[in-house]
Amino acid sequence: MSMRGFWPAVPALLLLFFFFLFPVVRMLGFSLEGGSFDWYAKALGEGLYLRVFWNTFEIALLVTFFCLLLGYPLGFLMATTTPLWATVGFIFVLLPLWTSVLVRTYAWMVLLGRNGVFNRLLIDAGIVEDPLPLLHNFTGVMIGMVHVLLPYMVLPVYGAVRRLDPAIVAAAEGLGASSWRIFWRIYLPLTLNGIFAGAVIVFVLSLGFYITPALLGGGRVIMIAVLIEQQVRETLNWPFAAALSAVLLAFTFAVYALAQRFTRPQETA
Amino acid sequence: MSRRLLVVACGLIYFFLMLPLLVVFPISLSSAPYMQFPPPGFSWQWYERYLDDPQWIEATWRSLYIGVSTAILALALGVPLAFSLVRAKFRGRAVIERLALAPIIVPTIILSVAVYGIFAKLKLIGAWYGLVVAHTVLALPFVVLVMMAGLRDFDRGLEQAAEGLGASRWQTLRRITLPLLRPSLVSAGLLAFISSFDEVVVALFLAGANMTLPKKMFDNILMEIDPTIAAVSVIQILLVSLVLVLIGRFGRGLSGSAR
Repeated sequence: MSMRGFWPAVPALLLLFFFFLFPVVRMLGFSLEGGSFDWYAKALGEGLYLRVFWNTFEIALLVTFFCLLLGYPLGFLMATTTPLWATVGFIFVLLPLWTSVLVRTYAWMVLLGRNGVFNRLLIDAGIVEDPLPLLHNFTGVMIGMVHVLLPYMVLPVYGAVRRLDPAIVAAAEGLGASSWRIFWRIYLPLTLNGIFAGAVIVFVLSLGFYITPALLGGGRVIMIAVLIEQQVRETLNWPFAAALSAVLLAFTFAVYALAQRFTRPQETA
Repeated sequence: MSRRLLVVACGLIYFFLMLPLLVVFPISLSSAPYMQFPPPGFSWQWYERYLDDPQWIEATWRSLYIGVSTAILALALGVPLAFSLVRAKFRGRAVIERLALAPIIVPTIILSVAVYGIFAKLKLIGAWYGLVVAHTVLALPFVVLVMMAGLRDFDRGLEQAAEGLGASRWQTLRRITLPLLRPSLVSAGLLAFISSFDEVVVALFLAGANMTLPKKMFDNILMEIDPTIAAVSVIQILLVSLVLVLIGRFGRGLSGSAR
């Protein structure tokens, strides 16, 4: 094969090499300091750190589940409604997506705090007597993360439902199938690819989340990214941070590789 | 019947999505000296406090010019890369495409820590152009995705017609190709700008004492919940809305680029 047309790619490749590939590989190298796997043994062997990995995995799984639960109906409605309503729907999904994560995190603190909007309303309405603990815990992190990642689920689902041939649905309707039956037998199986794509994106992005757990977790919900940041900035333990990063990266890539293996046969079918 | 149920459920989910954006508006206009809801009265005090604080203003300017520089650099590097990936056929094309999109998948904390290690050695911590370089790595995938989509839909017959009529390759690029790609270029540039303007994790590590707007917000949120943040948030939401309107008016559909 010729190299024609390759040269325009060179400047971008230089940037990616010097400020992405090289720094990441260099840092991961620190984890093998002294030629031993001691830091990996610490990351994966000590209960405290294993607990953080497990927490991260659990949160990512739950966030993916809730994003699916809320994202599917939204993507489905946007894909099957009139163009005008679809546009309105898009605005309501894209506006939060492009609003700073910090703005949204701050807003959730205002809404969920001890003296926040929700607790105020609940107490004033006489539903609860003491403020509910909604912030600086697991609940707060879940709400914040689902909010940030929901659009990443809605858009692939929307795309999948749009690609579906309306003639199939029309045929089923013509044959007298109920709308539930049409959903279970046609929409759901034929949009599995979109669901899967969205779920993988949400899951992988959750694994590396930093801002939301750092601010809404209040130091009580430690995810792997928060731990890495602490190791670098507070304890200056680069080799350990590097080992944690390597494990996180390996896991992220493994999920992707697995996901691609799963989707390929469906695409060709 | 079930359709109505779906519409009601989606109404609630949209409410969940928009609620955090809406709640900062009343709080930013509150006359209370601290966070209080509902606000006891109306005042512009938090906007005044933002505008009168040189630290906030300086951070805002810094974020603006870092964002603009990032958009320019990301376009300058990403557009030629997208041309290569769509139009050229060379060994390793698929690998390069994966590398260019990898910054989306690789957790930002890992990129931040890694670049921090290099920049500390180069004494680039706190330098605004250091942040531009790091933000460009993060913005590049957006530019490449949008431009590749634009180039795939491009009718190359128009270029062949121009060249057939005697235009040089440079003239064709300047007079035909780039003007026809303008919507994609606008979207790619604005997305790159927003991705930098909102970015906080990299800035946390690389900005040093020279605050960007998101870093200043992060520090403030960590310290105290002061309604000044609500005023800053409103300004940011309005800015993002403006950018989305610009993309809608002059750019190419967003849904593809966000995947």
